[in-house]
Parts: sequence; C-alpha cells; structure tokens
Amino acid sequence: MLTYILRRIIQTLVVIILLSYVIFTIMALMPGDPVELMISSNPKITPEDVIRLREFYGLDQPAWKRYGNWVSTLAQGDLGYSRTYRVPVTDLLGPRLWNTFVLSMAAMVFSLVVAIPLGIMSALKPGGKLDSFLNFFSFAGISIPSFWLGIMLIIIFAVKLGWFPAGGTQTIGLEGASIWARIFDSTYFLVLPVLSLSIQGIGRFVRFTRSAMMEALRNDFIRTAKAKGLPRSAVLWKHAFRNALIPLITVVALSISSVFSGAILTETVFSYQGVGKLVFDSIIANDFNVAMVSFVISISMVLIMNLVADILYGFADPRISYS
Amino acid sequence: MTQTHSDPSDELQTREPIVSVRHLETTFSTKLGPFRAVNNISYDIYRGETLGIVGESGCGKSVTSFSLMQLIESPGRVSGGQVFLRNRDLLKLSEKEMESVRGGEMAMIFQEPMTALNPVLTIGQQIDEQVLRHKKCSQKEAKARSIEMLSLVGIPSPADRYNAYPHQLSGGMRQRAMIAMALSCDPVFLIADEPTTALDVTIQAQILELIQNLQEKFHMSVQFITHDLGVISEVSDRVLVMYGGQMCETADTQELFNNPRHPYTAALISSRPQFGSKVHRLQTIEGSVPAPHELPKGCPFFNRCPRALAECQHERPPIVNFGPGHDVACFNPL
Repeated sequence: MLTYILRRIIQTLVVIILLSYVIFTIMALMPGDPVELMISSNPKITPEDVIRLREFYGLDQPAWKRYGNWVSTLAQGDLGYSRTYRVPVTDLLGPRLWNTFVLSMAAMVFSLVVAIPLGIMSALKPGGKLDSFLNFFSFAGISIPSFWLGIMLIIIFAVKLGWFPAGGTQTIGLEGASIWARIFDSTYFLVLPVLSLSIQGIGRFVRFTRSAMMEALRNDFIRTAKAKGLPRSAVLWKHAFRNALIPLITVVALSISSVFSGAILTETVFSYQGVGKLVFDSIIANDFNVAMVSFVISISMVLIMNLVADILYGFADPRISYS
Repeated sequence: MTQTHSDPSDELQTREPIVSVRHLETTFSTKLGPFRAVNNISYDIYRGETLGIVGESGCGKSVTSFSLMQLIESPGRVSGGQVFLRNRDLLKLSEKEMESVRGGEMAMIFQEPMTALNPVLTIGQQIDEQVLRHKKCSQKEAKARSIEMLSLVGIPSPADRYNAYPHQLSGGMRQRAMIAMALSCDPVFLIADEPTTALDVTIQAQILELIQNLQEKFHMSVQFITHDLGVISEVSDRVLVMYGGQMCETADTQELFNNPRHPYTAALISSRPQFGSKVHRLQTIEGSVPAPHELPKGCPFFNRCPRALAECQHERPPIVNFGPGHDVACFNPL
C-alpha cells in the first residue's frame, strides 16, 4: 500500500512537471511580453533600454531555458512578482487560494449533504412521485449554466429582496472585529456563490447516488441482511450505501477538482476574490507569473484528487489491493 | 434423520408442529394481471424434521420461503393464509416484530454463497451484527460467539477467518460461513433455499452432511428447497412436490419415492438417471411449464399430464388422502 502511494505520488509529480512545461510553452507563444507592455506605457523608452530590459528579465532566451529558470526559482520558494498587482505572487495567491478553497469546499459539502439523502430516497422508490420530481430538477440543475444562475440569484436575492450581498468576499473595515463576527460575515457573502456553484453538483450527485444505490440494493446480500433481521436503516446504510460509496468516490473526487477550477465563472459573476477570478484577470492582463502558478495549481488539484480517489478505493473496497 | 419419525401418525397425534402453514397465497401484480406464485399451500413441520420442497424453476418454492420470511418484494405480497411459528401467526406481526423473528427464531441460507455475503464487510462483522441484533451481549461476546460458530461449521483457523473478507474464501467456505451466520442465534426453524446448487458435487455432499449434523445437534426444523431429487431423498423426512404454485403431492420421503400417486411426481422420479443402468435417452416430461398468466384454471399440470381428464382443465383437483401424511391433489391419481 505504502509503496503504491509513493509510486503514484512520483508519477503525479512527473505529470505536473510535464504539463507545466506544456503550459509554459503555450504561454510563451502568446503575443506580447511584459517589456512590450512597458513600452506602451512609457513612450520615452529607447531601443537600447528595451534590449537591456529583455536581457535583464531573461526574455531573450529560448522558452525551454526560461522554463528552467522559472522552475529553479520556484524550487527556492520564489513564485515571482505580479506585474499588475505589484506584489509577490505568494502574497497575492495565499488569501485568494484560501477563499477559493472555502468556496469550493462549502459548495461541495453543501451539494453532497443535499444530494445524497435525496438520491437515496429517489432510489428507494424508483418511478415514484418523489423520484420523478427529483429527476426533473436534477436534469434542470445539470443543464442550467452557472453564470446565468448566478446572475438570476443576484437579481432575485440581492437586487429585488436585498437578503444577500450581490458580490464580494467580506465587508470592508471589519478587520478589528471578533473572529466570530468575521466568520459570520464571510458566510453571509458565501451564500449566493455557494448556491450557484452547488446546483449543478446537486443535480449530478442526486442522479449518481440514485443509480449507485439502486445497483447496490439489487445485490443478493441485501436480502441476506434483511433475512438476518437487521432494521431497515442498517440494511440501507451499512450494507447498501457502503457499497454504493465505491462508485461515488470517483465522481466526488473528480468533482472537487472541477468545482475548484469551475469556480472561475462563479467568482467572476460574484466578484469573489478567489483564484478563479485571479486567473481570469491575470490572463487578460498578461500577468505571466500569476497565470502560470494558478494553472499549475489547477492541474495539481485534478491530479491529486485522482490520487486521493485511488487511495480511498483501497479503503472502501477490500477487493482492491495495491500490493 | 430423525428416527422417531418412522411412524408419522403417532407423531401427528403427540406433537405440536413447530411450523404450520395454512392456505398460503402470494400474489404478484403484473402488467398481465395478478399472478398467484403460491396458491393455497399448507404444510406442517415438526421439531427436528426436514421438509423438502421440490419442483421445477418457477414453481413457487422459493417464493414460499420468502413468504414465510415476509421478504417478498413489491409488486408481490402475501395475499392470504396463515403461517404459524410455534403457534404465533407471523403474518399478523408488525414489521418490527418480524425483524426480531428473522435471523432469530427463523433463519435462512441462500443459494449463491458468492453474492449472498456483503463483499465490503468481513465475515466476522457480518456474523457479529446478527448476534448483536438478537442476543443481549457485548461486542466482545458477539465476537466469541462468531468464532465459535465458524469453528462449529468446520472452518479451519476460525479466528483468522473472522477477519477475512468473503472474496478471500472459497465457495464451500463461504457457504459454511453463511450457515454459521444463520445458526448463530439458535433458530428453531431453518429455511435452506437451494444451499448446494451453486457448489460442485463433493462440496455439495459436505455441506449437506454439515446441515444434517447441525440439525441433529440443535433439534432444528428445516425447510429444504431444491430441484434435485437426489438431494431431497438424502436430506428430507417428508417431501412436498410443487407445480405452478400449487401442491401436487406430499408424503414421507420413502413413501413418495416408492409409491408416487401424482402423475407429476411419478414423471419427475422416472426422469431421474438411475445409477448403474445405461440408457440412451433420459425420460422427460413433455411440454414446458406454462407462463404464469397461461396457467389453466384447473390443475396446473393439465397440459402436460398423460392422465388428464376433462374436469382437470376447469376444476381444481381435490386433495385425496392415501394413508397417513400422504396427500395428493389429483382427479386421476396413480
């Protein structure tokens, strides 16, 4: 088991390095570099200055060499400097990453808490009234584009009813307040983005829990469990759900990474100060260092979640052995 | 098995049956209308006795067992009759009361040991949860009981197997574990639903022997379901032959095999290969089992019966008695 995990971690690292190289080269192909932007903002710059600046920043070197430089500074913990925000990327990214983490985890937990019981109820009476109703709403949830839903939520709950803020991450000027007041404040700002980000997940997880649960309930051992005189709840959770969990793990693990990167639309709509919005802004502004690091983080999320899913399988299903 | 049972008439007078089924009816509502999978079945099983229920696939023998356990899934339901277990009518119990009967007084073992055990729980966990459900005991005592049961059914190094998952055991071992589980709470009545069908012949013999030994040890009543006449003749004291959801014939095992009275029973017995005699073709019963909605109004065996009379088609055959415990539902018995 341990050797398997170690091997997978090494594989994951190799893939991250390869993909970061690919992204680096693609970014290098983008028209314009930081020096050109400096030219446009400073008309007094001379061609000698341009050459000097290019040499200074290492922009005259080929892409693979620049990639090497980037990686070696990265390894020293230096993520570079954001051109647009004029702060080190580390300072910029830290709080943004945290915000996105909070948003995507809240959305994930919320959608699972809502979807799993609904999916199970749906599976217990397939074709019933509740099942048909949930079917309709799941498909609606999956089909609604999240940016449209976000705008609708803002119109209804922020503009018309005024219950929640239309955007942002926290109330400005609350730095001195107690920790609970600040947590409450952040939660207040989280409600609409989490809702908008969860609807799709809920739809998908209801459908998935339903089919996994129906599959599990068809097994012979469910009959055995009933024949043992176990109460319905034990049959349902200990026997059926425990088996339905195995396919659910994959979907949930992969969804975490996609929620993380998919937050970009929601964050933009709600001007939520997260990584997604940062990536969007940095690409628009040609802020190379920020975009690069954010991309690598997104990729790592997907790969790490895959790894986590594989490891969790081993715990959920004793038939899978990693030795 | 039980030597005392040589004189059934004596038995009937002196002892109360453990299990008594009266006019049991189980109906499935299908698109083609309601279909009675079990139709007016009655029988008794005494202490320490084994009743073999035999019949072709789809004759309702498994549905009978599940009706007794009240584990019939929708769209089916037990639509009539009574099932007494030690004088208590199970069909009148609430679901909660029934839960404490299932796996306690009345246990069941299944056909497929491969799929009847939960793959993600250890053997120990699966036996423990039944023990904890029915016996007032601690987790520690439950574990001790589980290991005791595993060794009782002849599983080597039971303490290790306690922590094994089902996929780590062979088919025969899994069926033994199933039996250990079923017997863990001292049932008075065991339903064995084709417990050896999925096993190969040598393992089959071992499992049959095990069930018989344990039955003697615990004085259990057993309802043994199979389509294998060889198995039936080996394990059961009495036999109930079913066809199309109805009872054809019931008698003591010896009597049934020596003097079958129902044409269906006779046909079943004569289509059995005889040891030592070489025949080119085995005898068969002409035709096939009618689909549920095509069952004749009268005797279900009517369309395949060589001795059918005119009334067989429209009227249900009366039950005719041929001596102690030998009942036949037929207009024209042999």
